[in-house]
Amino acid sequence: MPPAAPRSGDAIFASVERVNAELFTLTYGAIVRQLLTDLEEVEEVNKQLDQMGYNIGIRLIDEFLAKSNVSRCVDFKETAEMIAKVGFKMFLGVTASVMNWDADGTCCSIVLEDNPLVDFVELPDTCQGLYYCNILSGVIRGALEMVAMKTEVTWIRDMLRGDDAYELQVKLLKQVPEEYPYKDDE
Amino acid sequence: MGREVSESCIDSLLIEMVSTYCNRFYANKPELAARRIEAIGYQVGHQLSERYTMERPRFSDHLEAIKFICKDFWSELFKKQIDNLKTNHRGTFVLQDNRFRWLTRMSIDQSPENGASEEPSIMADEKAVESMHLYFPCGIIRGALSNLGIPCAVSADISNLPACSFVIRIKA
Repeated sequence: MPPAAPRSGDAIFASVERVNAELFTLTYGAIVRQLLTDLEEVEEVNKQLDQMGYNIGIRLIDEFLAKSNVSRCVDFKETAEMIAKVGFKMFLGVTASVMNWDADGTCCSIVLEDNPLVDFVELPDTCQGLYYCNILSGVIRGALEMVAMKTEVTWIRDMLRGDDAYELQVKLLKQVPEEYPYKDDE
Repeated sequence: MGREVSESCIDSLLIEMVSTYCNRFYANKPELAARRIEAIGYQVGHQLSERYTMERPRFSDHLEAIKFICKDFWSELFKKQIDNLKTNHRGTFVLQDNRFRWLTRMSIDQSPENGASEEPSIMADEKAVESMHLYFPCGIIRGALSNLGIPCAVSADISNLPACSFVIRIKA
């Protein structure tokens, strides 16, 4: 049987169970606020949000692969496009764009102009240094690690810090060859 | 229709929030983890109820407010209403959801294959995990009612899964 064609992010988003984004946004906000209370240090909150994202990413990749029908991406460029056009759309209902590629195609930016995590959010001055959406970078890092790509994901622009968009730089550090639990000739 | 996100977003976030507090921050102090999870829910409930009642007249009595939680509020969150409401007419209300979404979805997400992740071992006792997850919706209900001027205590009963009952005791 020929493999089914990959589905567009819009088609998948239309077909999955969806919930009121307010609940999601306010829950995320309440978690960040509770972490700030419990951990006190903004740096530590950034770290925990990234860790939470990573843990979510390593699970979410299965759902992404199952629902999107994408086959193996030929290169990192295709992978980045897939995250931006299909991944963000099927989970958060927004589309991101990929830009600012470096010469060897191992580093790019994913840019979000619309971001449901930050509806109703304003950061007080005491939260300088907080990467409010840091969970997103963790999700991308975790998900890519499960498909054998070690990446480093950092924030370049953040609207909560006065920038005009959200920009995540994704840098491919190492492509880990996949190891199978069996030998080819067996 | 307002903005929506995929249900996996909220499911993943809740599972991870509970796991962060229960397994990473307070692995040996479940009562502290429970208090934090409830506090997060409280805040969410408080804000949601503020938003959903903005254009409404004040509720005339406790029962009216509880009915709002059972119908409009629950529908916004779960696309269904509470299935059964009971009261002793002395400040205790029992709200039963015959198929509480966050419990039915949870068991799917905690399939054994996820054990391969780098998290510390997920709490062995499945019941304990479930009850940890319930502090969040209990907090939501308490926060929502407190925003409506009704201080109360909320607990959950899952002896008839997948049904879940929330017991609200209004403080005199």
